[in-house]
Amino acid sequence: MADDRRLDGNAIGGMMLELFGVEMTTATEVCRTCGTADVVARLEVYMDAPGTVVRCAHCKAVLMRIVRGPDRTWLDLSGFRSIELRSPD
Amino acid sequence: MTGAVDETPRVRTLLLEADGWPGHRAGQHLDVRLTAEDGYQAERSYSIASAPGEPLAITIERLEDGEVSPYLVDEARDGDTFEVRGPIGGYFVWEDDGRPVFLVGGGSGVVPLMSMIRSSSESTPIRLLYSSRTLEDVIYRQELDARAGDRVEVFHTLTREQPPGWAGYARRIDAEMLREVAWPSAEQPHVFVCGSTRFVDVAADGLVALGYEPLSIRTERFGATGG
Ligand SMILES: Cc1cc2nc3c(=O)[nH]c(=O)nc-3n(C[C@H](O)[C@H](O)[C@H](O)COP(=O)(O)OP(=O)(O)OC[C@H]3O[C@@H](n4cnc5c(N)ncnc54)[C@H](O)[C@@H]3O)c2cc1C
Ligand SMILES: [Zn+2]
Repeated sequence: MADDRRLDGNAIGGMMLELFGVEMTTATEVCRTCGTADVVARLEVYMDAPGTVVRCAHCKAVLMRIVRGPDRTWLDLSGFRSIELRSPD
Repeated sequence: MTGAVDETPRVRTLLLEADGWPGHRAGQHLDVRLTAEDGYQAERSYSIASAPGEPLAITIERLEDGEVSPYLVDEARDGDTFEVRGPIGGYFVWEDDGRPVFLVGGGSGVVPLMSMIRSSSESTPIRLLYSSRTLEDVIYRQELDARAGDRVEVFHTLTREQPPGWAGYARRIDAEMLREVAWPSAEQPHVFVCGSTRFVDVAADGLVALGYEPLSIRTERFGATGG
């Protein structure tokens, strides 16, 4: 049953669009822990309140944490080595 | 909200009119935000069921103990307003280039796949493998029956209960079923898999076992819904 709570990166597409201003599910990230490159849509996502946790699908390391409040958002991106965004066309 | 269609006892389609909506691509979703009188907000994602260019529609399955879906399925009425954000997504999106398409859906996971079927051109071959609990739970059943033919092939599996004389599959999706229905991976079909997390994991693993390149399988997980 626990696994029902696991989503993938599609689920944070709206939040990322709002935070970054561009479509992010197709962005390519590199995990700082294992070095694997993957697209955001394929990451593991847990959206249990109060925050969202995003993990590497390969080594399960925490890549990103997002906590949203009424007037601000707290973003921890320390698990990524890099994220490559596409320029909007 | 401008209208509603009952799809099954647990599923309803809502027609929406959104100011400034820029249009969508097949497979994309939107986020619905509900705000209670005390200011409490809840946000959930719903796939867009309609084809691009058609009036905006989302289809919601009621989770009995859920926070948002019971409201959208049972209570929301014409004229109600709520915030939507979208269209969202660039990965679970289909561009019709004439190549064959293999769609695998569990429960409400069929919603974004339906947008693809509805928008496909008259020459694009499509196979849909669709898992539901019972015949009554099959979403878009009449429309799928009407569209099924040489070009659009629909394979149902009913996991919980089958009507007398049922000729379709009668078990949870597995590697054997995928092998019987899917095109050989050498034909390089587009592949989209959507449904509950558990459903998507099983289907994607099965396709990889059949020789599909993992990166060629596009997946979208709904969590607890869509099994
Ligand atoms: C990209 C995307 C597209 C989607 N498209 C659709 C769609 O087209 N149609 C559709 O019907 N749904 C879709 N979903 C699912 C939808 O977003 C909601 O998750 C679904 O409607 C349930 O929301 P809810 O508020 O009713 O349930 P929730 O209140 O979120 O509860 C969901 C389930 O989790 C359980 N639960 C809640 N909290 C906990 C907890 N802390 N621990 C353990 N279990 C808990 C509940 O009991 C329930 O079974 C989509 C999801 C995503 C990510
Ligand atoms: Zn990793």
